[in-house]
Amino acid sequence: MPADPHSRRPAVGEGPVTRLALIGLAILFLAAFLALPLAAVFSQALAKGFGAFLKGLTDPDALSAIQLTLTVAAIAVPLNLVFGVAASWAIAKFNFRGKSLLLALIDLPFSVSPVISGLVYVLLFGLHGSFGPWLRDHGVQIIFAVPGVVMATVFVTFPFVARELIPLMQEQGVEDEEAAIVLGASGWQTFRLVTLPNIRWGLLYGVLLCNARAMGEFGAVSVVSGHIRGKTNTMPLHVEILYNEYNFVAAFAVASLLALLALVTLAAKAILEWRFADQIAAAKR
Amino acid sequence: MTAVASGATVRPAKRGWSFLAPTILPGFGTAFGFTLAYLCLIVLIPLGHMALRAADVGWDRFWAITLAPRVLHAFYVSFGCALAAALINAVFGLVVAWVLVRYRFPGRRLIDAMVDLPFALPTSVAGIALTAIYAPNGWIGALAKAAGFKIAFTPIGIVIALVFVGLPFIVRTVEPVLQDLDAEVEEAAASLGATRWQTFIKVLLPAILPALITGVALAFARGVGEYGSVIFIAGNIPAVSEIVPLLIVARLEQYDYAGATVIATAMMGVSFLMLLGINFLQRWTRSRHAR
Repeated sequence: MPADPHSRRPAVGEGPVTRLALIGLAILFLAAFLALPLAAVFSQALAKGFGAFLKGLTDPDALSAIQLTLTVAAIAVPLNLVFGVAASWAIAKFNFRGKSLLLALIDLPFSVSPVISGLVYVLLFGLHGSFGPWLRDHGVQIIFAVPGVVMATVFVTFPFVARELIPLMQEQGVEDEEAAIVLGASGWQTFRLVTLPNIRWGLLYGVLLCNARAMGEFGAVSVVSGHIRGKTNTMPLHVEILYNEYNFVAAFAVASLLALLALVTLAAKAILEWRFADQIAAAKR
Repeated sequence: MTAVASGATVRPAKRGWSFLAPTILPGFGTAFGFTLAYLCLIVLIPLGHMALRAADVGWDRFWAITLAPRVLHAFYVSFGCALAAALINAVFGLVVAWVLVRYRFPGRRLIDAMVDLPFALPTSVAGIALTAIYAPNGWIGALAKAAGFKIAFTPIGIVIALVFVGLPFIVRTVEPVLQDLDAEVEEAAASLGATRWQTFIKVLLPAILPALITGVALAFARGVGEYGSVIFIAGNIPAVSEIVPLLIVARLEQYDYAGATVIATAMMGVSFLMLLGINFLQRWTRSRHAR
């Protein structure tokens, strides 16, 4: 058994029978609720053989869905990364009034239903939305087009990077940065040479989670996309369309790609947590 | 405000009200300004705008839409299933967290990593996977059918989807508290003659309870709004297994913007009130434990 520095043996504890029963119960529960769905995705994707699986993935609509998903994540993640860094710099390195209110507001998108996250933009930019007629007259389409998909994704992934960085940077304090400034470094130098090396793993961790959600978001995107095949369909939406057309093999083939992405995310996350536990704040929320 | 820049030319502290505590670090204006502008643009203005649109509908119509039997039933299903799932997770999530923190066994790290699967797996993928398992021709659904009951396309299916979605919230909020528990308290309880069960109920549980309630609140809030993983398994039968988010989407698809806006605003209002209530409950348990 590997030595674990955190393992601590209390003089009291459960008997071996209780122990085994609890471990068994936990494993059974997790197998039923986590492992089984995962197994279902892959077994259904390969139910009609590897050829059918590949056909589902290489269909032009599937390919364009994959491309759109990558594009949307490539826009939404950097935007929220810049926001996360700015917000954590302001919140963690300075003391100002109303900080806890600002923190609560940053978390707000987490407690809003994904459907509502899409709805708010439809009400603003949809054809019957407040800016709808104006946008139509100027030939700009946001809802049922790619910009709407990007906006909804930015909304739902809004807090991810900020939430990782704020506790981390608060924990690290301001002494290092103050020393750099006193020694004559510019603000940008201080950030790049002092702060950034301290937060890089936490930053990567936040980006990882943000990206997983950006590529996997369904509800918010579903409301604003209009489900136009080959145009505004992301991978999670394409899964739904194929499933509703009873094209199960293709639906699960695309789903298996997303499941793979989830597994890669989990593996990368676990590696970051084990290797850089002290440099990732709030890793265990 | 205690943060006084050390070693720098100490500016005389301003008397009275000041927005920003004295500091020598640069960039507050830019960072704070950008944060606030981005927050307003992406989150606050769109949400506020929705509330205004709901107010435009007028008081009478607002209540007429919200209190329609089909809408009320959807509220009942959404909140009821979310609560049931959060409570199921409270029990099993606590067991999982306990096992992960207290015991060492082969595969523990793998299980620890797997707990976050619901965070990482897209909801539509989870939805069709769960449906494949619990539909009458699925692995477990067939067993249930043989036993004479249905899981998918009933509220039980919704609860199962929400248990999946909410599990990591409970495990991840309880874990750190379990880790920080002081072993001496348990030893003291044992040496004073308490059984293991008594120690758990009277000593450990009160210490874990605030975190457990936080986890339940997070899972509940997520469950109420959940859409992707639920719509496939729910079957969406009006007045049986129709959830509020689905109703909002249905209204939007019929271009009934007023209906969608009112239901969405009402849902946010109710969630907000419930979270406020849970917050009070949590303060109460914390203050009881502190005594």
